Order: sequence, then structure tokens, then C-alpha cells
Amino acid sequence: MRLVKSGQVVGDTFIRVADDAQIPDDRPVIIPAARLLADAEAILRRAAPTGVLWPNNRKVAELAAYLDRLALVALDFPKFRDGRAYSQARLLRETYGFRGELRATGDVLRDQFIFLLRAGFDAFEVKKDADAAAFAGEIARHTVFYQPTGDGRVAASRTRQGV
Amino acid sequence: MYVYDDLDRTLLTERVCEFRGQVARRLSGELTEEEFKPLRLMNGVYLQLHAYMLRIAIPYGTLSTAQLRMLAHIARRYDRGYGHFTTRQNIQFHWIKLEELPNAMADLASVGMHGMQTSGNNVRNITTDQWAGVAPDEIEDPRVWAELIRQHVTLHPEFSFMPRKFKIAVGSSSHDRAALRIHDMALRLHRDDAGELGFEVMVGGGLGRTPYLALTIKPFLNTRDVLSYVEAVLRTYNQFGRRDNIWKARIKILVHELGPEAFAKEVETEWQSIKDGALALDPAVVTEIGSRFRYPTYARLDDSPPELAQARAADRRFDTWVNNSVSNHKMPGYAIVTLSLKPEGGTPGDATAEQMDAIADLADRYSFGEVRVGHEQNLALPHVAQRDLPALWQALDAIGVATPTVGLVSDIIACPGLDYCSLANARSIPVAQEITRRFHDLDLARDLGRLHINISGCINACGHHHVGHIGILGVEKNGEEFYQITIGGRADEEARLGTLIGPAVPYAEVADVVEDIVEAYLELRVRPEEIFLETVERLGVEPFKERVYATR
Amino acid sequence: MTSPLDKKLKVKGPVLITANRLGDGAVIYRTNEGGWTTQFNRAAVVTTAPAAIELLDAAVADDVGAVGAYVAPVLLDGGKMRPGNLRERIRLAGPTIDLPQAAALPAERALSDGLMDRDVRL
Repeated sequence: MRLVKSGQVVGDTFIRVADDAQIPDDRPVIIPAARLLADAEAILRRAAPTGVLWPNNRKVAELAAYLDRLALVALDFPKFRDGRAYSQARLLRETYGFRGELRATGDVLRDQFIFLLRAGFDAFEVKKDADAAAFAGEIARHTVFYQPTGDGRVAASRTRQGV
Repeated sequence: MYVYDDLDRTLLTERVCEFRGQVARRLSGELTEEEFKPLRLMNGVYLQLHAYMLRIAIPYGTLSTAQLRMLAHIARRYDRGYGHFTTRQNIQFHWIKLEELPNAMADLASVGMHGMQTSGNNVRNITTDQWAGVAPDEIEDPRVWAELIRQHVTLHPEFSFMPRKFKIAVGSSSHDRAALRIHDMALRLHRDDAGELGFEVMVGGGLGRTPYLALTIKPFLNTRDVLSYVEAVLRTYNQFGRRDNIWKARIKILVHELGPEAFAKEVETEWQSIKDGALALDPAVVTEIGSRFRYPTYARLDDSPPELAQARAADRRFDTWVNNSVSNHKMPGYAIVTLSLKPEGGTPGDATAEQMDAIADLADRYSFGEVRVGHEQNLALPHVAQRDLPALWQALDAIGVATPTVGLVSDIIACPGLDYCSLANARSIPVAQEITRRFHDLDLARDLGRLHINISGCINACGHHHVGHIGILGVEKNGEEFYQITIGGRADEEARLGTLIGPAVPYAEVADVVEDIVEAYLELRVRPEEIFLETVERLGVEPFKERVYATR
Repeated sequence: MTSPLDKKLKVKGPVLITANRLGDGAVIYRTNEGGWTTQFNRAAVVTTAPAAIELLDAAVADDVGAVGAYVAPVLLDGGKMRPGNLRERIRLAGPTIDLPQAAALPAERALSDGLMDRDVRL
């Protein structure tokens, strides 16, 4: 698995913390959702950045109150065909205004990169090394988009208006 | 019809290039079948019994002659010289090779055609009435709205991996020719009391193992809000539709499990938060899309020109065809002509490359270069001058698409069935063929009147058997083909699911059963004008059940 | 005729493994030599579930040679083998209806030994 951000393979500063493991004080961490919610106020007083791994079958509305204190939200694709996290991502970005790192995890493959990016993800735990290396090239293939999302790319309808 | 601009063309070109890369990675083994299958489905590529099948989208059933000629080319170059028009206004080719597909798709892209989203768990081809834009009872051409929605849902990043497929239909006449209520979402254009244009939104229709008719969740949606509302419905479905069981994954199950009010409320909450954002439709956007719909410059003509009446008096076959296959047009002096793809003994909905080319030539000459595809698996020429009907008929008759049985017993709707389809339990085409042979007598067919027979080779119901006046469903029992018969279904504005009349009958008896049903109808109808459907509605299924099963 | 992909593996008689060729979708059969053939009567035939599973696993692993491999029944009739159900007869011999140009099937698709059952009409 390779982490891709800004079109490049990068090292991961965050570490995953298991349900029962100690949360280190001074490292960026990604904590499972249930654990965070059980003790959110306390956990979020950490000085180091805190992230949450959110399952794809829970409403992101439950996270809304904490988003301003979360550095990262990781959403899950148990199989790439299970597209629930695309909606979660858009809600986090566009309805709840989340500005931190939005990371795609699980079965993250090359042919979904453009969809993931447009849905609001900006970090990708890519399953295959070859796919990670191909990220920038894959995105560059797509220049026309029919519909607007929160990613800022201009939709065709606006281009046609000369906007 | 809609004319592509550079943005539309670029999107297709990028897609073809992407698919070429995906096919190469599959052939080399870099992509497994599990990874590749959803990608090929997103481009309309199925694996069937004998070969790959390519389903090409015909948005809202409208084709230019350049496009129809390209379909003929695809049939000749990449397939076995014919294609099959489907119950969703698309076309299928049954003998495709994967390794040739990127080239086929490049050819299609050159005329603005593609197989995008004709399969897969995304939003499928948006269908309308095949008489859109020319029907006299229409409020406004629904195809502009269908095109706006089509663009919005094409390669939509959020809705490409939904629980299951999602089918949308748009209608705008009081008489529903688009089978709205069997769709996941239907949008019926109409005016409210203040004269405002808007949509009735219906959700949760669909046939298959658990058939449902769509329910109204919003009686009046302003046209300005159509994209945001569609978005809200899809977002609700994408998040909460079931993914644990393929037979429970359509939105109809979600609507019925939550209850329509609760479902509508869920959608409304989401919609309220997005309705005034980027998806609120700017009238300039609607105008721009509408401006790229080309309409004919109709001549000023009179209805019922004398040459037409003379030709009808002179040739009984021509007169029969006019009575059957020609329909009223909103413009005086013009007509809508249905081309039957249901010859006696033929495969319903099939056309050869030669027929496609010939029809394209005739469309150029007589229909301003435009052809339509109907969900009944017939074609139509939507802009024919009435004075041209005699010459047109001669030509249509010569190529075998003037069988005057449109809407009658032998105008059968049938899926490809076990002869082609890997999902099928039983064959449907030979059943249809035999029925057309039994009812080849045109006088009898006319006497029977409007009678819609729908045949599906499996429970997936691609033949829409649940909403046939007579529905026939192929099943398997102990390795043999059997068929369940339903009667009394209808797909129009008074949509209803048919009722099973009794135990399934074997393959060899299906045509006999249809004859028995028809005999019973002839005896039971109170007057010749009472069509079969009305007799069933009046009397119920009992008398038909008795007749069919008296000796079985 | 119910999609074989849905069935649990029960072997009640001779079976073979069949699939579609990746590049062109042609119907193919698994051979004893660990490859594929379009010729029906060169298919490997087994009679027990363990043997079928072994053959199937190898077939499924060949992701580049074939797509959608599954177990299909075979009839052994005298010294000859025939497809064991209507679906397999259709896959071998093509649709039971006339194609518009009576398109000829490729010669390599088992035309021998009367396997072209066209007696399934009304």
C-alpha cells in the first residue's frame, strides 16, 4: 500500500491506533470511530493531530461536532464497488465544510482516482504500487466534467456559459 | 435532436482512451476480472453465452441518420450483421470481441455514441416517449430535460458505485407512452394550477423478482430544482440502499422498507440543504442545452392531402398500414410513422445492417434525418409529411419493416432469452416467433385489437412481462423450460401488474395457451371495441384461467 | 439454465469445466492438459466433486485465459459426449433460432458427432 497526496507517493505521518492500544501523546494518530466517539472531548484535547477511521455504514452527521478539531477523516471502501464513502466524502466537504485531510482507504484502485478526487478526497491509501505511481497521469486524462462537485473543477454547463 | 459540442466530444474521447487502457491492462493480466468487470460494465460490455455483448446507449431513443449508419457499420465490422433494439431504447450487439471493443468505441464516439452506463450500478439510459417532440398531446419536449439529467449523471463521481442500477424515465403527455411507473425514478412534466412547469416525481418502480410500481414522493417539483432533487434521491439511495442482497438492492426495496413518507422525508432533508447551491438550474443553462436540439423546419402543409386519400383507396395493403402504423403529429400535414421490427417468424426488435442503412436513407429523405427507438422494440420516423406516406410505405415494405401489426397480438416485446443471455432460464424468441405464426392472419389480429404480449426469459423481467396484457415468464423445472402466464398488466398511466392465471406450462404449449386466452376473450367481450385488457378488467382472471386449464 | 454460477457444487454424473475466452468471448472447455479448447469433445470430463473442484480452481486461476469458469453437466452416450443441458447445447451450437444471415459458426466449434441439436423448436 502506498499513500498518495498531491499526486505523489509520500510517507505517512499518521499511525493507526487499534481499539485497545495506547494512544501516543505526540504522534498524529488515526483512531477507530467507536473509540473516538466514546471519549471524544478528551481525545480531541491532544496536542498532536487526531484523525478518525469512519465506517461507511454510519452517518457522517455524527462527526459534525468534532470536525473542527479533527485533522484527518479516513473513509473506507471495503470493496471498490461499495460506493457509500463517495457520498460521505461529499457531505463532509460540502455540507459540513471539513477542511482537514480526507483519506480514502481500503480497496482503492487506479480506475476510481478521478471519482475519489472529485468527491473531495485528497489522500489515498492506494492498494497497488503501480497504481500509486500512475496517479498523476490518471488524473490528467480527464478534462471535461458534466457535473459540479466541491472540488472546484468547472462543470461543462458553466464553461458553456463562458464563466 | 441534441447536437454535441466540443465538451461532449472531448469527454467521449477521453473515455474511449481510458477504456482502451483498461482493456489492455485486462488482456495483459494487470487487471483481474473482478477488478475489470465493473469497468467494462460501466461501458456497456456484458459477457453472455456465446460472446461479449455491447449495449449502446440511445439517449431518450433519438438517433440521427449518421448514428444509425454507424450502428450498421458496427454490426458489419464487429458483429454478425445485425443488432437488437431493447426495451430501454438502447441497441445491443451479441457477438462482440473484447479485443476489438476499443476500436468499436472509437468508431461510435466519432458520431457521439457510446456504451457508458448502459450497465453497472449507476444511472442508466434515460428514456422517454419515442414520440417526444412531435406528439400532439405533449406539454413540452421532455428530451431537453432528459439531456440535462443525462449530462448530470454521466460519470458522476458520487453515483458510479451505487447499490444497484438506477433507471430514470421522463414523460410529458397525459397518456404515458414511456412506462413511467416501472422505473426507479420517473419525472412527469406538467403544469400546476398557476401554469408553472414542473415535475411529478415518482420513485421506487421496478420489475424483477419483487415488482413494484413507482410512488409519488413529490407531486410538484419546479423545473429549476430538478437536478438538485435527482441528486438528493440518488444520495439517499447510495447511502442507505441495501448492499447485502442483490435481489433487495434496488431503490424500490428501500422505499418500501422505509415507507414512502419516511423515504420522501429523508430525500427532502437532503434536498433542502443543497437546492439553492450549484445545482439550482440557471435558465440560461436550460436555454443553451435546448438551443442545441435541432428541430425540423416543417413545411406548411394541409392535413389529409388528396394524394394520400387516393393512394389509400387504390391499395388496400397501404390503407391497412396507414390505419395501423401511422399516428397523428402535432404539425398539420405531418405524421409519425412506426416501423415494425416484428415480422412474422422474426426476432422481435432485431434489424440487419442492410435494414439500418436503408432506414437511414429513408429518414434522410422523409424524416429530416431523424429516427426514434421505442421501448416496444419498434422504430419510428417522427417527421413524415403525409403526402410522402405512399412512397415511404413502398420502401418500408420492401425492406420488411411495414408489418401492419403495431400494438396488436403479434407486436410482441421479448428479451433475447436463453438463446443469448447468460442470466436466462428459458428461451423467449422462439416462443414469440411461434405466436406470430399462429396469429399471422391480419384480419384476426385486427379483430383482436390492441393486445400487448411481453415475454421474459427469466425473473429479471427485461421483457417487462409483469406489465403485459399477457405476460409470459420463462422458468426452469427439472431441466425443462416452463412458462408462467399472467394477464391484465399494463404499463401506461393506469399501470398495473398482471395476475398469474395458474401453474406454469411447458414450452410446447405456450402458443396454444395464448390461443386459448384469445378464444376466451372473443367469446367474452361485450362488443368488438372492448379490448382484451378491458375484458380482463371487467371479468377478472377466472374465466381465462378456466379456459386455459380445463384440459391441462 | 439457472445460472450455474449460483449453484453449490454438486456433482451427480459426468461434468466438465467451461468458460469464455477472454479476448473474444468464445466458448471454451478446460482440457486435461491444463489448457483450454474450443472443441467440445476434447474437454476434460470428471465424475467426482473433488476432481471437479480441482479442475475448476485451476481454471479460475487462469484469469487471462478464461472468464467465468463453471462446472457444467455432460451426457455420455455410448462412446460420445454431448452437452448435458439446453444451456450448454446452446453455448455449443449457437442460438436455436435462425440468425439473419444464417451466419456460419466457426468450423472449430464442434460440428461433429451430431452435436448440433436443432431439434428444440416448437
